[in-house]
Amino acid sequence: MFSLTLAETAAALRKRQFSASELTETYLAAVEALNPRLNAFITPTPELAREQAAAADRALAAGEAGPLAGIPLGIKDLFCTKGVRTTAASRILAPFVPPYESTVTEHLRRDGAVFLGKTNLDEFAMGSSNITSAFGPVTNPWTRPSDAAPLVPGGSSGGSAAAVAARLALGATATDTGGSIRQPASFCGVAGIKPTYGRCSRWGIVAFASSLDQAGPLARTVEDCALLLNSMAGFDPKDSTSADRQVPDFAAASRRGVKGLRIGVPREYQSDGMPPEIAALWQQGLSWLREAGATLHDVSLPHTKYGLATYYIVAPAEASANLARYDGVRFGARVEGEDLDSMYENTRGAGFGAEVKRRVLIGTYVLSAGYYDAYYLRAQKVRALILRDFLDVFRDVDALLTPTAPSAAFAQGERMDDPVKMYLNDVFTVPANMAGIPGLSVPAGLDARGLPLGLQVLGKPFDEETVLAVGAAVEKAAGFAALPSLRAGEARP
Amino acid sequence: MTYFIDGATGPWEVVIGLEVHAQVISRAKLFSGAATAFGAEPNTQVSFIDAAFPGMLPVPNRECIAQAVRTGLGLNARINLASHFDRKNYFYPDLPPGYQISQFTRPIVGKGTIEIELADGSERAIGVTRLHLEQDAGKSLHDQHPSKSYIDLNRAGVALMEIVSDPDLRSPEEAGAYLRKLRSILRYLGTCDGNMEEGSLRADVNVSVRHPGEAEYRTRCEVKNVNSVRFVMQAIEAEAKRQVAVWEANETVEQETRLFDSAMGVTRSMRSKEDAHDYRYFPEPDLPPLVLDPAWVEKLRQGLPELPDARRERFLRDFGLSPYDASVLVAERATAEYFEAVAKGRDAKQAANWITGELFAHLNRSGQGIEESPISAAALGRMLDLIADGTINGKIAKQVFEAMAGSGAGPDAIIAERGLRQVTDEGAIEAAVAKVLAANPDKVGEYRAGKDKLFGFFVGQVMREMKGKGNPALVNEALRRQL
Amino acid sequence: MALEPETVRRIARLARIRISEDELPRLLGELNGILGWIEQLQEVNVDGVEPLTGGADMALRLRDDVVTDGGIPEEVLVNAPDRAGAFYAVPKVVE
Repeated sequence: MFSLTLAETAAALRKRQFSASELTETYLAAVEALNPRLNAFITPTPELAREQAAAADRALAAGEAGPLAGIPLGIKDLFCTKGVRTTAASRILAPFVPPYESTVTEHLRRDGAVFLGKTNLDEFAMGSSNITSAFGPVTNPWTRPSDAAPLVPGGSSGGSAAAVAARLALGATATDTGGSIRQPASFCGVAGIKPTYGRCSRWGIVAFASSLDQAGPLARTVEDCALLLNSMAGFDPKDSTSADRQVPDFAAASRRGVKGLRIGVPREYQSDGMPPEIAALWQQGLSWLREAGATLHDVSLPHTKYGLATYYIVAPAEASANLARYDGVRFGARVEGEDLDSMYENTRGAGFGAEVKRRVLIGTYVLSAGYYDAYYLRAQKVRALILRDFLDVFRDVDALLTPTAPSAAFAQGERMDDPVKMYLNDVFTVPANMAGIPGLSVPAGLDARGLPLGLQVLGKPFDEETVLAVGAAVEKAAGFAALPSLRAGEARP
Repeated sequence: MTYFIDGATGPWEVVIGLEVHAQVISRAKLFSGAATAFGAEPNTQVSFIDAAFPGMLPVPNRECIAQAVRTGLGLNARINLASHFDRKNYFYPDLPPGYQISQFTRPIVGKGTIEIELADGSERAIGVTRLHLEQDAGKSLHDQHPSKSYIDLNRAGVALMEIVSDPDLRSPEEAGAYLRKLRSILRYLGTCDGNMEEGSLRADVNVSVRHPGEAEYRTRCEVKNVNSVRFVMQAIEAEAKRQVAVWEANETVEQETRLFDSAMGVTRSMRSKEDAHDYRYFPEPDLPPLVLDPAWVEKLRQGLPELPDARRERFLRDFGLSPYDASVLVAERATAEYFEAVAKGRDAKQAANWITGELFAHLNRSGQGIEESPISAAALGRMLDLIADGTINGKIAKQVFEAMAGSGAGPDAIIAERGLRQVTDEGAIEAAVAKVLAANPDKVGEYRAGKDKLFGFFVGQVMREMKGKGNPALVNEALRRQL
Repeated sequence: MALEPETVRRIARLARIRISEDELPRLLGELNGILGWIEQLQEVNVDGVEPLTGGADMALRLRDDVVTDGGIPEEVLVNAPDRAGAFYAVPKVVE
């Protein structure tokens, strides 16, 4: 069962080759066996999964099954799930049980999906390595043959990416504020798409940076991502930034091919510091697309290099306000103090980890009196320039191809000394968040040490269809078949 | 009527600006579907959005936006077709998200004016700087437990309009007139109930002082949350006098937030709240910009009711009222409507006199509003008709009025029951006159000797003889004849 | 624009986050590192550029004035660390 993709599994369930309950038990057993080593799930939900699987079986038997009936998924622990603890991987939310269900997970429930559990992440989705989780780091199921050092899965959706890579779930929900879907997808050798801002409702997702956060799926293949996105997406009147648009058939779009498409190659992504094997893989990806019938075009995004610095003003500023609600009054943990302010300071001092504190303090500072214009206002103007660059380029080309990340997965403990060095992981992914455009990462090859590398496809606003088509073409040409050493269905190494 | 504070160094001019928070009349809150009604059980009108649960998002209520636009139109203000919401960041337990959604750089309503009338009959136009929409906070109860405060979020998220005046006001009287006029306009519009006791209208008062002729404003202080017109006027006087004393002691007034202690009649510093106020405003990323359709704004304009100024003009023009009576009658929409119902087809001045005199005196005594008046407009009108057709005279009418106020019965029933119908039978009147003259032969002699002033005495005696029911004109005639 | 320790203390107070004096030097270094790196934005010419404030290129939608929510006091209170009946409870606020 573990070797089937989500699409294949859905077909097999419909043919009753196995039941949803059998499938779920198989995956639950894999979670139980491997999660102690991967720490991909913060809260497994076997009882919920069994109930949902039984319901899926009834629906399948009655011929009323939704498109995802019986499909076992991981849910990033940033999505509020009714009656199931939702922590955002933070001590401050450790006791929180939401009395409501996020719109995205509600859509997945509606379509018959099975929730295996809540997956680990960087605390409040702030990080690129899953090191900042209050529930411990996630271990990447891939290892370097040369040494046994545990590697990071990327972040912030590290638990979701690791779970999918290790075959502990057929797919997972994730969110992407600066690259949190695409970078872990690249590090773990799976596919992931951040759709256009507004495509998936943010209602019920613990907010990090409201103008950047966007939910999307992680799965083994581009088509699987498309199937999940078809369920997750859709207009939600409860989110004022949700786009009131029809959801196209993304799965069909992923099979369109790229013949005649114009693919842009942004020259600013070619830096001297880029590792040669990543530069080579990028060139390889471009060749594949040309061979599949696309044409390649040199394009310029002059302001994209400022994306990351812009991000580290905008995201912390919004986060500093979004995280003010964690004050020990209405939900979550409280640490008492002699008066109100010391209760606040104790609660937040003890409840937030180091990275969250850094970002809240940076955000507080850049918004404070006397600094707003120099930092926040200027950043929003640069952001406008970054968007303008993309819109200019998209008048001429249909999509862009770039590397997803500047490196493969690194070891836990590396790059931890300097926050700025860690932030550079997101240098290729952040511009899409600043502009709100869709971006996808697809596994395209291995580096010299046998670790997966992804390529990123960027597209026009609300043109996920082309992005998926290009991603699927790269996927097909790459024929990426390597598997991590640690995965379900294998004898333990 | 220039108002100055007399100091040791000469007169001081007082410069006042008001920031009024007016709770918007709507069924649901500004950004959530929870109810707004006053007085519900604690935390029963709270959604997860109001309590700022993780992942909750604001969606604005169209009616609250419409109410702000109506108010802007009523203040002759510019409606900004493009505005946006900002976050104002501060920690307080009755502010669940740790920020208030407000409007900082681009409010929904821009410059407007309010005309005020003063006791000496003069009028002034006071500038309105802006009006913006924001969320109200919840309620903290500090007196329920020795070491804890209790939080009720029912009010959290109810829409407020903050209406900011220019620093155009120069006396407590002007500030009071401004506040009363603003309240009157809001109530006419139906955008705020204006109830200061329940907190649906609250004022922050900015006060500074300077010597007449100084070009610049001096440092101002903000007196927060004053909850009646009278207290606003008292707070201004107290604060202005305090500042004069500070300046005259060769010290400097510090810009700060103060509270008015109405029991002591002084303002007090709120230094605790001053601790590093830095609201870190930034555009609310959960809400795209608010863009209004000009056609929708025009529709709201057409739907506006007649406002106090226009009504006052009409009362002056159509009813010939005095400016004072017109101002008094239009201040409350319900009063104006009551008056119009009484005055329609009748002597308007007489109607105005009865309403501003007897009726207001009665309502004042009973503590009732005109909506609860025991005498309906129809009943009062009928009474005026009965005066006009001679059924009762003016003196008896006062008796009838009191009876109506006491029992709520109509004038016809009271007149019939108590036999108050005016006597017009000439024989009865002649007889009463004859009786009075016979009983006062010496007074008759004096009168006939030229003491004309005694005529009134005889009228009074005859009316008394007739228990007040004599027709005054016929009584006069009969007296002249017999004297 | 390097931060002084007092500035870090001030923004930590504004953010209501307890920072111990032991943490301060490391935090100061990290924040200065981040702010120094962000300085690169000063070289961008942003003359005449309208700031992009949100992620969504759309106008605000408005909902009808209908009561659709509330009436769930137990659900909004059940996660509270401290409550007194139907109220949330916090350390006494001294005005």
